[in-house]
Amino acid sequence: MIYAVMGPLIATFFIPFLDKWKHRIHTGWFLLPIPFIIFIYFLQFISTELTPVRETYPWIPSLNIHFDLYLDGLSLLFALLISGIGTLVLLYSIYYLDRSEKLGHFYIYLMLFMSAMLGVVLSDNVFVLYTFWEFTSLSSFLLIGYWHHRERSRYGALKSMLITVFGGLSLLGGIILLSMTAETASIRAMIEHKEMIINSPYFPLILVFLFLGAFTKSAQFPFHIWLPDAMEAPTPVSAYLHSATMVKAGIYLIARFSPILAGEPAFFMVVSGIGIITLCWGSFMAVRQTDLKGILAFSTISQLGMIMTMLGFGTKAAVFAAVFHILNHATFKGSLFMVAGIVDHETGTRDIRKLGGLMALMPVSTTLAIFGTFSMAGVPLPFLNGFYSKEMFFDSSLDIGGFGLPFLDALAAAIPYLAVLGSIFTFVYSMYFFFGTFRGRLNINELPKKPHEAPWGMLASPVLLIGGVILIGLFPNVVNEPLLAQTAKAIYGDAIHKHIAFWHGLNTPFYMSMAVVGAGALLAFTRHKWSRVYDLFPEKWSLNRVYDQTVEGIYQFSESVTRGYMNGSLRRYVRLILLAMIAVSFTFLWVTDGFSISNADVSPISLTEVMVAVTMAAAAFGTIYTSNRIAAILILGVVGYGLSILFVIYRAPDLALTQLIVETVTVALFLLAFYHLPELRKIDDHKQERGINVIIAGLFGLLMTAVGISAHSSKWFEPISSYFVETSYTLGGGKNIVNVILVDMRGLDTLFEITVLGIAALAIYGLIKNRRTRE
Amino acid sequence: MEILMSILAGILFATGIYNLLQKQILRIVIGTGLISHGAHLFILTMGKLKRGAPPILTEGAENYTDPLPQALILTSIVISFGVTSFLLALSYRAYVLNETDNMELLRGNEND
Repeated sequence: MIYAVMGPLIATFFIPFLDKWKHRIHTGWFLLPIPFIIFIYFLQFISTELTPVRETYPWIPSLNIHFDLYLDGLSLLFALLISGIGTLVLLYSIYYLDRSEKLGHFYIYLMLFMSAMLGVVLSDNVFVLYTFWEFTSLSSFLLIGYWHHRERSRYGALKSMLITVFGGLSLLGGIILLSMTAETASIRAMIEHKEMIINSPYFPLILVFLFLGAFTKSAQFPFHIWLPDAMEAPTPVSAYLHSATMVKAGIYLIARFSPILAGEPAFFMVVSGIGIITLCWGSFMAVRQTDLKGILAFSTISQLGMIMTMLGFGTKAAVFAAVFHILNHATFKGSLFMVAGIVDHETGTRDIRKLGGLMALMPVSTTLAIFGTFSMAGVPLPFLNGFYSKEMFFDSSLDIGGFGLPFLDALAAAIPYLAVLGSIFTFVYSMYFFFGTFRGRLNINELPKKPHEAPWGMLASPVLLIGGVILIGLFPNVVNEPLLAQTAKAIYGDAIHKHIAFWHGLNTPFYMSMAVVGAGALLAFTRHKWSRVYDLFPEKWSLNRVYDQTVEGIYQFSESVTRGYMNGSLRRYVRLILLAMIAVSFTFLWVTDGFSISNADVSPISLTEVMVAVTMAAAAFGTIYTSNRIAAILILGVVGYGLSILFVIYRAPDLALTQLIVETVTVALFLLAFYHLPELRKIDDHKQERGINVIIAGLFGLLMTAVGISAHSSKWFEPISSYFVETSYTLGGGKNIVNVILVDMRGLDTLFEITVLGIAALAIYGLIKNRRTRE
Repeated sequence: MEILMSILAGILFATGIYNLLQKQILRIVIGTGLISHGAHLFILTMGKLKRGAPPILTEGAENYTDPLPQALILTSIVISFGVTSFLLALSYRAYVLNETDNMELLRGNEND
């Protein structure tokens, strides 16, 4: 199983090499077998008696994080969708993307996503799940921004990333709380310790964090705004990530934790409440769109809301219907995206106002679109799978309630009506999509390209998906026991056996479906008469506006903060660094009570030393007051030579020699530089500036003195120098211990020191040789 | 003596920092020179002063002064020499290009 998860990731390493031949063989052909093999691999797990498979690999054993893979019905359904739709999308992309595009980048991102998504649905460890979760956000960002030269693409990519990563971070908070309360990181074990989680005081917080993660990812109201902008991605990406797989990760998460959370009143209220709002709002807004992919984006939002609603019910019938709809939605929405891509590819526009009458020119695409849209609308025909799951949704919505809390019961009572309302608009936009594009008048002059039917390679994938729509519609029970029942069992906890039938008799769900078709048809054909209703929603109050202003506000705030301290003055930066250092060190000395002074173990004071020291101190102050550069450098020389006298007194002959030579050369260098530099000026700062400088300099000097005295007065450890004294001759073969340390024991350090000098010399040469002056 | 030397190191640091905080580039270079002198004295003081013979193995000597700080300082002297000469060349170049030695006027521009 680990090869299935890691396979696409490993493949990414070879893509750059394959990309070189892209003009002879499209890179996609090389990669096509990978998802297909994974699909076949997962296919073999389908059985009516699925026993969960588990694999464990140590990853970060010290933190008790293991790479646990776990395959049950739920994971299997998603893994099949990811690899199956992945194969079709790859095939489709071979015809969709021209060879002149950066194919290498595209396929690397796509393979990265495939691995990440398989990882999300197959990992049992919550931290592993989180890692893959963020990888899906990242690869989604890269794929949306694939045409990065377009401003809209960059905007959409950033928007999706900001929103989903925000959700990802709250998910991280949620899983940390979860793993702390349950004392395990394994989802299996958490389900076993369900009571611990539900009774913990953190439970409401866990719920909020998990919901934020799931709702942002699955584009639930009010976080749905990123999905329409994500439509800037190439169409294969929209079909794959933003309809069939990634946006279902949030649904997967809710489903995965359903055994723990379902049945809680809060779970029903939030998941079903948000879900039903999303369903209605998404389908209502879809009718307003003019971009084909925009319609599909809002449609996806609304369908995801419908699945969420059903998961929120948590009843047997609802869970089964949710699972069934996940599968159905992937088939019809995937194919519709591909059809939209074909229309875009062949006509050069996705604007539904310009399109129309393509039926005569693109018969195959039209046929595909009929099946896709009618299945999405839930038209009661026995070969459309969308109808089955929609009717199950109605059925399950009638069978909730009994919470005993007035608000929840009111919500439960309202849901069937809202469900019908949302479905009416679903019907409307489905018809709008189909009739607006393929029927009506053909304005061939308004289209950028002369339309004709797409090549067969491009049609193959949607044909296969529509084939799925029809086959599931005709023989729904073929997928029932082996796949759907297993998945539902994983979510619900108990085995669910349900027979799927087209005709249930004249019952309430049937009347609801009829109402949807009737009212939907009526609204669809009078659309232009009532579409003004959308003008009632002013642009100013839209959620996009809120998002834009938030992002803009964050930019402005951070810019003003940065400008507050980064004013370009180097002196200011040095001051800030020094002040921080002083503050931290003094605080540390104070908190740990580190300052100590003792004269127990000091060497005697001699007059010579004191005189040298006083001279040095006076000279150091002298550098400040002199405004003659020759005087300044000579005074600096006094300090340097004074230091070498101290080295002599303190028995450091090598240091004294080196210091003498270096000081002499330095003075010479200074004199040389003076020839080119202007005369020193008096310090001409304002009093205030000067005061700050004096305070900082004084405090820093005080700090160094305090540290020096404390270090001397509290020797906690034996010096390590005795080692060098003992081994200098035996190991290094030299009697001058300092030299042995430098050239032998720490020889490599000295080598690097020489390198530093060499680099400095080269840089100086470059600085002086470069005669270019200001242009 | 160690305490006195710590104070001297502190004074060298303080004057060095004060020079470092000036506008004129030459004063900044002088400041770095003073700071490195202070640092050398500081390190030397850490290893106790005047305890035994110079760290050269000789017959009959019982104690040697700590050789390790000396090795560190030797490295540091050479490096600070490199830094000082680089700074001087840099200030020469900056002066030629910008026609000013006032660091407060060198602030880059918005597009950098």
